[in-house]
Formats: sequence, structure tokens, C-alpha cells
Amino acid sequence: MTRIYVPRDSSALALGADAIAEAIEREAAQRDVAVELVRNGTRGLLYLEPLIEVEAADGKRIGYANVEPHDVAALFDAGLVEGKPDVRSHPRCVGVVDEIPYLAKQQRLTFARIGITDPLSTDDYVAHGGLEGLRHALAMTSAAACDALIESGLRGRGGAAFPAGIKWRTVAQAHGDQKYVVCNADEGDSGTFSDRLIMESDPYVLIEGMTIAGLSTGATVGHIYVRSEYPHSIATLEEAIRRARAAGWLGDDVLGSGRRFELFVAKGAGAYVCGEETALLESLEGKRGIVRAKPPLPALAGLYGKPTVINNVITLATVPIIFAKGAAFYKDFGMGRSRGTLPFQIAGNVKQGGLVELAFGVTLRELLVDYGGGTASGRPARAVQVGGPLGTYLPESQWDIPIDYEAYAAVGAVVGHGGLVVHDDTSNLADLAQYAMEFCALESCGKCTPCRIGSTRGVEVIAKIRNGDRSEKQVTLLRDLCDTMVSGSLCAMGGMTPYPVISALNHFPEDFGLETVQPAAIAAA
Amino acid sequence: MNNKRIYALEDPHLDETTATAPDELVRRHLQPGRTLLAVLHAIQDEVGFVPPDTVVPLAKAMNLSRAEVHGVITYYHHFRTAPPAAVTVQLCRAESCRSMGSEALAQHIEAHTGCRFGQHRHDDAHPHASGPVALESVYCLGQCALSPTMTINGTLHAKLTPQKFDALLAAATATHTEEVA
Repeated sequence: MTRIYVPRDSSALALGADAIAEAIEREAAQRDVAVELVRNGTRGLLYLEPLIEVEAADGKRIGYANVEPHDVAALFDAGLVEGKPDVRSHPRCVGVVDEIPYLAKQQRLTFARIGITDPLSTDDYVAHGGLEGLRHALAMTSAAACDALIESGLRGRGGAAFPAGIKWRTVAQAHGDQKYVVCNADEGDSGTFSDRLIMESDPYVLIEGMTIAGLSTGATVGHIYVRSEYPHSIATLEEAIRRARAAGWLGDDVLGSGRRFELFVAKGAGAYVCGEETALLESLEGKRGIVRAKPPLPALAGLYGKPTVINNVITLATVPIIFAKGAAFYKDFGMGRSRGTLPFQIAGNVKQGGLVELAFGVTLRELLVDYGGGTASGRPARAVQVGGPLGTYLPESQWDIPIDYEAYAAVGAVVGHGGLVVHDDTSNLADLAQYAMEFCALESCGKCTPCRIGSTRGVEVIAKIRNGDRSEKQVTLLRDLCDTMVSGSLCAMGGMTPYPVISALNHFPEDFGLETVQPAAIAAA
Repeated sequence: MNNKRIYALEDPHLDETTATAPDELVRRHLQPGRTLLAVLHAIQDEVGFVPPDTVVPLAKAMNLSRAEVHGVITYYHHFRTAPPAAVTVQLCRAESCRSMGSEALAQHIEAHTGCRFGQHRHDDAHPHASGPVALESVYCLGQCALSPTMTINGTLHAKLTPQKFDALLAAATATHTEEVA
């Protein structure tokens, strides 16, 4: 029986994958050919979605990209199921999916399984290397597990890049009658979707990573806080947790070890600031998502005041491969103090958007040209915002810096969660700067003044400059305000909103109606 | 606030036997270990919004002040305090979609529907001020490689164009009309 794969993640669904699956079943029934339809995850090659795949006799999977329901009959006519030579010359055919350069050139560690497996199949998960990390972790002491994670060099992938192993060790050594593992799946940054791809295309890797975190730190309960904008992620996780429990991977006796770990999904409610870890904890407790002052660190007093490991989805989903293959294996990728790989998300005005997992050290230009294939509009790219709404806009002169936490910090940029949003030469950076302030005003939790008031004042000052009051006074005022927000805000919401604003002002002053050259200002920034 | 009020919803599938009093609605969704946020989600998932007169029974049942309950409901963009419009469009207005023309698309949508974005959802006095189609701005639906994106009545659509929007809106409106008829 021929196996046909139609993805079930929300990107494919948003482009009509369900209708394609129905069309395939209908055609197969009408023609009386036996096919096994598998709803896999996405391969991360989102520009090809909906990407259906047919398993050939040699086991290779042949892809058909951007398929629409009305293509299905023609594909069947051309010999889709039998894998006839005719179908290989069909305009939708993209050849063997594993050999597409976009995919073949990547270093898929965290995302090793996405798109290959049925995300909810426990058998598939184990057959593709799942649970190896957990089995190794079960044989280790808590201290040895934390040391292994420190050794791997894994840093928090949510944006702050704090060494994950240090955080775990702090929780492991903390005293508490109850400890928690919390997964931050409040992926609100525009231009990012890697958390979503894990949750929808390989949920068990997150479950395994959280279980390892629990065993390593003495936490017996985990919560995954998922934003309400991700209903498909929530549904997939809930079903995966149910099946993992039934398989004995979760519960009172994890893999027969006699050790306990329970996992729950909590749903956010559309507040961007809840991606900040302390606001997330408040929200998880059912309250308004207001940022807490630190210290105390969540590692010592987190959820309900108990010691809590709080990590981003990608951080936790990377843990299993580190425990499966060893810290040295993972550490071997990357550059400087940025070890391992980062799933870059190429988004915005780009021809070939998708997920590109590569070791640190790659440049923005390589990602934009070799993978992104230029802009979707065909016009020259002008600015790339790296690291979400709180990241800087990088002009072309900065596209050759190797991507590494420290190298980016040196030019005032952030790697963040690895999202890249490309803007072409029709973009107006003053407009985007004003939007950054508007977004901060809309989403500020209101606890600290620089963020709550500063954002609204920021909108006003930028509007004044754009409306023609380009006096030195206004520009100085904006820089001053940004300085206050950076230095005086409680969390990254107010503290980093100035990043896109100042970078737009420094690199694209003409969009504000200002003179192009401001060398003194750039030097001061 | 009158706790005895019965909700006569506009949904034809709900007759009097399924209409719900606020006390009963709250009781049904209280579960041990459920936080206020989770209970609010359960209520909105069932009736489509969080009725304002559930605030008092919620506060009593969860040992909170009314201010705390009201605070949580109004803090989060997700919760509505009035029934949703027949067709709700949520258009992403964040950076990635902006780079692919979401602002021009927003103008098209306003012109095409005669409605406006930015009706405040907690504005009880004008829950339907924008007419049968509600336009809401959202900030990232996680489909940034396929911008611009939106949802219509919760269903996700990517790689939007004005033409695609018009067709999807017509289909959603037709579906709603059928359901009511």
C-alpha cells in the first residue's frame, strides 16, 4: 500500500490541507487504489506548503508542493500513487524532499523528526530515536544531569540566553516540598513560529525534555503555558500528553522507574507580556499577567512561590538530543559561547519562508539569500528585524555579522528567539518605530512607569518628528526617553522596545525626515 | 447585578432548557485545581463570552474580590464581555504581516465591510457598534512565513490577498446565514 503524507500542522491547514486530504481519499476510493494517508507534521519548508509526500518503492519520499485540492485528480492521472515517471515532471513535483537543498543543508538537531513522523504516533517517536535521552537521564543522578546540561553549553532559546544547566542546578539545589517545571510556549514575537512547529509537529520531544527537567531537578509537576492564538498546538499537546500517559511515559511511574512526573497544558489569553517569565507565572496562577520584581528568581520562588524551572519550548525540546547523544556532541556545533544550533525562522517579505536550523555562526545574508531566496515582492530587501518586536532593525551593512549572542550584542542587536522579519525598500522604518511604541503601549502590563507611560510618550514624540517637528530637541527627547525605558523598566517589554526604535532612527533617519548622516548619534548609541 | 437573569442567546440551537443562569454556569466550570483564568476560558468556550453577571458568583466561589475577577477579565485581550458578532475577523497587524501589506489589507477590509478595526471589546455599551462583522486586530498568529494572515470565526487563513479575503468573508457570511435560517 502506498503511503501518502499530508501535513496536519496549522500552516498546512491554513492553506487547505484538510481539503487536500479529503480529495486524496476520494480519488483513491473512486479509482479503487489502496493508499495509507498519514497526517505528518510540517517539514518546516513553509513556502512549499501544502507539501504532500508520496513514499516511493525505495522508501524515498517524493514531494509535491503548493498543492491545491483541484490538483489532486490530475496528480492521480499522472501516476501519483504508482510513482510513474510522468508524475515526476508534473509542475507540482519537487523531487525527493530530503534532497531539497533548503532542507539537506540544514543541521537539524532539535527538529530532527519534524515532518517525518506522525506527530501523535508514539511508535513513530520511538522508531526515530525518541526516549533515548530520557532513558539516559533516568540512569543519572540529579547533579550529573545538571552538569551534563551545563557542559553542553545550551542557553535559553526564548531570548535571554541564560545557561539552562545553571538554572536547573539552582532549582535542584533549592529546598521545596514541591518543585515545578514550566514551559514558556507564549510565542508572541512576530516572525517566530519554531515553538509552534515543535508543539504541532513533534510534541513528544517537548514532553520528553520536560520530563528530563523534572527528574533532574526534583520537580514532579510540569505546566506548558501556550498562547490562546495557538489552538492547534494546544489540541496536539493535550492529545500527546494523554497518549504519553497511557504509554507510561508520564505519571507515577515514568518508564517503569518508579519516579513521578505529571504534565498539564494551560492556555494563555492574548497578553504579549505573559511571554516574560514572571508575568507568565502570575498568569499560570490565574491572575493578571503582571511582571514580578526579581529577585527572588523563579528558580527559587517561582510558581506558587516554589522552586521552578522555567524554560522556553526550544530549550526544553533540545534537552532530549543532548542527553541522547551527549553534551560533547551538542557542544561541537556553534561558535564562541553560543553552542549548538538555533532554529532560525525566516519570515516577512521573503520568497522562501520557513524554519532553518543551523549552528550559530551563520550570517544573516546567507539565511536571506541561500535560504530565503530574496524578497517575496522581488524588490531589494532593506531592513531585517531580528529577534521579534523587541529586536533591532539591521541594515544591509550588518548582514555579514556571524550570528552569535555576543557578536550581536556588540552591535546592540539581539538574537532573541531567532525570528527574522524581512522588509523591502517600500517599508517605512519611522512607521515601524512608531508601531513598536504603540505595541508597547497596548501590551504593557502597567507595573512600571517607564514602560507604561514611556511607550505612549514615545508614540507622541515619533509622531511629532514625522509630522515635521524635526528639531534637535524632539530627537534628543526621543533618545532620552528610550534611555529611560532601557535603564528603568522592570522587564524586556519596556526595556527593549527602544531597540527597534533607536535602530530605525540610527540607520534609517531619512524615514523620519531627518538628515541621513548622524555619525555622532550612531557613535553614541 | 441580577444573578437570576437567564441568557437568551441568539444561537438557534440553544433553547430555554440549555439557556444558563450565571450561578449555574459558574458552578459547572469550577473544578478543583482550576485557576480563575481557566474557569473564564471554560465559560467563554461554552457561551462565546464571559457574561458580566458571572463576576459576583465567580468572586464568591473562588474567594476573590469582584475587583480581582473584573481585573483578570479585562486584562486579557482574549475575553469578551458581550456576545461575539456573527462574523469575527481577526487580522494580524504585527511586523511580519505589515511587511507583506497587512495595513493596506486592513484598509481594504474596512472599506469592503463598512466596519472599523479597534472597537473596544470591553465596551459594554457598544458591543455591536461595528455591525454584524467585527474586525479585531491581533498580534501574531504564528504563520509569519505565510503572511498576511487572519482568522475568520476562529479558522486560520494564510497568504491573504484582498480577493481571497472577499471570498472567505462571503463564505463565512453565507455559513452564518444558513445556520440562522
